[in-house]
Amino acid sequence: MSEQDGRTPALAFKGVDTHYGAAHILKDVDLEIYEGEMVCLLGGNASGKTTTLKAILGMVEPTRGMVYIDGQPVNGWTTAERVKAGISMVPENRRLFKRMTVKENLEIGTYLRDDEENFEADLEHIFELFPRVKERLSQKAGTLSGGEQQMVAVGRALMAKPKVLLMDEPSMGLAPVLVAQNFDIIDQINRAGTTVFMVEQNANMALSIADRGYVLQTGQIVLSDTAQGLLNNPQMRSAYLGEA
Amino acid sequence: MTTVTTSPPRTASERSPVDRAVMRRVLRVGVLAGGVMVYTAAIGMFQTFNDKEIIDPILSLSYLVLFAIPAVAGASFSKRVAIEGIETEPLSTLDIAKAAIAGAIAGVVVALFALLVDLFPDLRGTFPKLGPQMVRLLTLEYSVASGFIVLPAISAVAAGAGAAFAWIPERIRRPLLLAGASIPVLSMFEPLVDDLFDEIPAITDFLYSPAGALTITSSIVVALVVAGVSYYLRQRDPIIKKRLSQSADVSVRRRTTIVLAIIAILAFVVLPQFLGGIMNELLTNVGLFALMALGLNVVLGFAGLLDLGYVAFFAVGAYTTGVLTSPLSPTWDPVLSWWFAFPAVVVAAVLAGLMVGTPVLRMRGDYLAIVTLGFGEIVRILLLSDWLSPYFGGAQGIRSIPGIPVAGTQVNATSPELMIYAVLVFVFIAVYVSWRLEDSRIGRAWAALREDEDVAEAVGVDTVKAKLLAFVTGAVIASFAGALFAAKVGTVFTNSFQILVSIIILVIVIVGGMGSLPGVVVGALVLIGILGGPNQPGLLQEFGEFKLLIYGALLVYMMLKRPEGLLPSVRRQRELHQDEFLQDAWLDKGEGDEPQSPGPSVAEPGGQA
Repeated sequence: MSEQDGRTPALAFKGVDTHYGAAHILKDVDLEIYEGEMVCLLGGNASGKTTTLKAILGMVEPTRGMVYIDGQPVNGWTTAERVKAGISMVPENRRLFKRMTVKENLEIGTYLRDDEENFEADLEHIFELFPRVKERLSQKAGTLSGGEQQMVAVGRALMAKPKVLLMDEPSMGLAPVLVAQNFDIIDQINRAGTTVFMVEQNANMALSIADRGYVLQTGQIVLSDTAQGLLNNPQMRSAYLGEA
Repeated sequence: MTTVTTSPPRTASERSPVDRAVMRRVLRVGVLAGGVMVYTAAIGMFQTFNDKEIIDPILSLSYLVLFAIPAVAGASFSKRVAIEGIETEPLSTLDIAKAAIAGAIAGVVVALFALLVDLFPDLRGTFPKLGPQMVRLLTLEYSVASGFIVLPAISAVAAGAGAAFAWIPERIRRPLLLAGASIPVLSMFEPLVDDLFDEIPAITDFLYSPAGALTITSSIVVALVVAGVSYYLRQRDPIIKKRLSQSADVSVRRRTTIVLAIIAILAFVVLPQFLGGIMNELLTNVGLFALMALGLNVVLGFAGLLDLGYVAFFAVGAYTTGVLTSPLSPTWDPVLSWWFAFPAVVVAAVLAGLMVGTPVLRMRGDYLAIVTLGFGEIVRILLLSDWLSPYFGGAQGIRSIPGIPVAGTQVNATSPELMIYAVLVFVFIAVYVSWRLEDSRIGRAWAALREDEDVAEAVGVDTVKAKLLAFVTGAVIASFAGALFAAKVGTVFTNSFQILVSIIILVIVIVGGMGSLPGVVVGALVLIGILGGPNQPGLLQEFGEFKLLIYGALLVYMMLKRPEGLLPSVRRQRELHQDEFLQDAWLDKGEGDEPQSPGPSVAEPGGQA
């Protein structure tokens, strides 16, 4: 899938640098995510994974370099404008609006869409993916189990009908069986046509479903290959995949 | 019920840790209640309330309040917390005994206090409210020594009665409580009733003694009528309940809301016709505060932005109106009518909203509250400063502001029966706008903002726009109140825009129910109408001196017991009581198996040694 000649990436970074005050976080980062792909960004703590997502959404502005959505430079765009352009995120730890009902959470997801009349149909689509969500519709989101919350968080992001779905650490804080289930869902969403860009520490799991992966180390991309390539890469195996 | 009187079996010695804990609790409650009683006397509330009779020759407000304290304390002994559907312990006669002992302790505390004041008359130098008159009232006109018998006795009876109240079957308890409450309420609201039945003196003559309190006969009649009506309605309760539960259906509920709203509107439109000047003046103040509270409700209740300097927007509205319409305005020559000044007021409010909103965009929670608190004071101090005094009149303010010209007359404080309508119109506008906004896209954005600002941004809510819009909407609604206030009073000066106004509006919103429109209006009615605003008297002028104390106590009580407010919004209620709902869900499952045994045996720590 790495051959993408002539196609415009759905999401791209070109030489992006970011700073938090004096701290240099991302250093000359290049990324290209093409439509329909599932790409994962791997890296340890403090490697700049979350900053990358923030730079995509415009919560952090690059000090150098360009961010593109559908080939369009979006530097200086507000978060809302970027969401409108088709980026949607499932935040780390799900971060639902805990005191609102599940239904209200899903409604917020459609906030920037103009076609409110399609709400019910989209809701049905979410129910197909997650039948459990339908049972919980009028329940307060904070009372759901971790796995159910993850479903609602993904549902909320999908209600925005994104072109690219960003996932921040989808495995975090979930029981192993739920992690596996969760990755199945992500895989399913991707197969249904949504481009997925996932930030993850659990490299094994992420690479098992992703097409390609980038490895981020102290703000720099140190490796970039197909998922299979990364899984077989000796350097990768020793550093991230838990093999001596 | 009657079979469950046996106390849990004891296996260990009589002085088990459980007993000691019970004794400690009795002592604690007793001393606490006594302390509260002493406090009411020490601040002079007790003495002031003595001037107000409730039932003419036999009961005054002072004793009602004083002995209500041990009664409430006593009731706490028969309170049962049902944890997961299991009552911890059945009610027993022991509870009444415990309550009575606690009441007696409270009485002793009060008697000791009276003795103390009697022995040390010098205390008066420090505490001006303490003195022989207070001692005499506190000991019910008996001697200080006999106070040690009388006070504990009455307190014990009151506390015991408070505890015994829980024994009365539910269907009788409610009418009894209502009947009991109706007497002081009717007595306290004498001015209102008097005003309402101005034309029918027979009613007021029957109800009230010349001192303006119920007589013994009339209070008995009132209690019987209220109890009877309440009992009858309770029999019909299942029908009403059924109707209400059907209204879980959204469209029916919506229709009910609309019908209720129309009834409320009609009541508000017709009522001022029957009220005299004083009542209309009072309702006008209620309306002005309701208007401001509705505005703050948008900022705080909808968008979750805690603005403690909200009075600034009220000031902007009032001063803009003053400057533009007063012939004595220091800087502005052409005298505009209120109507032509009004658009300028709105523009000024929008600008003020943006001015306050923009710098605090990045601030959250506590920081936002502190900065807005500062803004509120800055506006007032600037108006007083040498710099702005030439434009806004400084401490003298702006005088001779004309009323609202309507059909050839000036509507202002001299015509409260017209002013009330002007205020009502704007209250309705504010209610309607808030109602429409809450369900709108921006309302949803506000809710998301309130819940989690970061995520709201990530799902595409333009947080800058949403926040500014909340500030501006709130500012405009407050400026309506300001413009009406200026026209009504005719003078604006900085004294009317103290920080206390911001705080009181905040209390209205919190007590009424954040985010709930009926709640906010009811909050204003209860607080401003009954207790009074910072400079405005309320219905109960006896409370005037202790208004702020009661505000504070009410706020603390609401935060502890009913944080969602008097009439909560659906969402807020869910936020704060979800756990109880879950408990109820659990209860529903276990339905059918009644607790037959005399209560599950209570844990006996250390019992099986």
